Amino acid sequence: MASDAHVHAHEESLALREQFDTAAQQKDASTLGMWIFLITEVMFFGGLFLAYTVYRHLYAEVFAVASSSMNVYYGAANTVVLLCSSLTMVLAVRAAQLGQKKAIVLFLILTLILGGVFLGVKAFEWKEKFDEHHIPGPTFHLDGVSSSEQGHAQLFFSLYFAMTGLHALHMVIGAGLLLYLILEARKGIFTAEYNTPVDLIGLYWHFVDIIWIFLFPLLYLIDRHLKR
Amino acid sequence: MSNDVHQHVDSVTTYVLVFVGLICLTVATTAVAFVDLGPFSVVVALVIACCKMLLVALFFMHVRHSTKLTRLVVLGGLLWLGILLLLTLGDVMSRGWVGVPGR
Repeated sequence: MASDAHVHAHEESLALREQFDTAAQQKDASTLGMWIFLITEVMFFGGLFLAYTVYRHLYAEVFAVASSSMNVYYGAANTVVLLCSSLTMVLAVRAAQLGQKKAIVLFLILTLILGGVFLGVKAFEWKEKFDEHHIPGPTFHLDGVSSSEQGHAQLFFSLYFAMTGLHALHMVIGAGLLLYLILEARKGIFTAEYNTPVDLIGLYWHFVDIIWIFLFPLLYLIDRHLKR
Repeated sequence: MSNDVHQHVDSVTTYVLVFVGLICLTVATTAVAFVDLGPFSVVVALVIACCKMLLVALFFMHVRHSTKLTRLVVLGGLLWLGILLLLTLGDVMSRGWVGVPGR
């Protein structure tokens, strides 16, 4: 495998550009840069998580009723789908580290399909919310909440759509990145020496997974036992 | 050349075991949501979510093999998130504790 890099000068230049001393230094710099981007994303989502926590504290009863109207089984199934996609993603990264060119493409395609399944289930859930009048706006109505508290219930659903919507947007962007990786991987440019894009997009995909790991219990599970 | 890039390649078994752990934790957190634990339901849900986050970050995101600088950046980011959450919640939740004249 090492000899491959010497044969193809193009690959070697991708793995070691002239501003870096070693390929390891270049890889560390790329990884660090990606993590710094992910930290800004953590703070970005952090603000929404904070807003959710503050309002859940202020309107605990209403938020419990609203949260209990979520379908836990869709949420749990989607969590499993996303975890499966993280497994296939990490296997794609592993295949790239080992220079297994066909396996990279296969695992990336599987990841893309699972990401699509997640978004499909999400779209179905949102459609249900439309049908049940749980979309914040003039026609909003949530059963089990008094008319004076409907506004607070709308707040829950506003946060729900903002958080799951932003998460879904990240999934769509992730799907675009995966598509790019699949096209590149089919050309066979990722090798044991150079696989940074697979690695970094893998980090992004797992980050989006972690956001959902927190969204699922906060939006679907907590306070379910308080249901009036 | 290739030896310059210091990569740790974990076994497929490691990844599958981590994945099985994640699925078990998902089932556990869903099941426990239907049990009335009072105020502890939030604590249990968040502890399980943090465990899942750690598994994903350490194994899938390779933090356990990453450089010290990357680890420092990750911890630093979580520290800032902690400041955002703790200081704001400390304010919001303690507002009723002290009587303010005129309110």
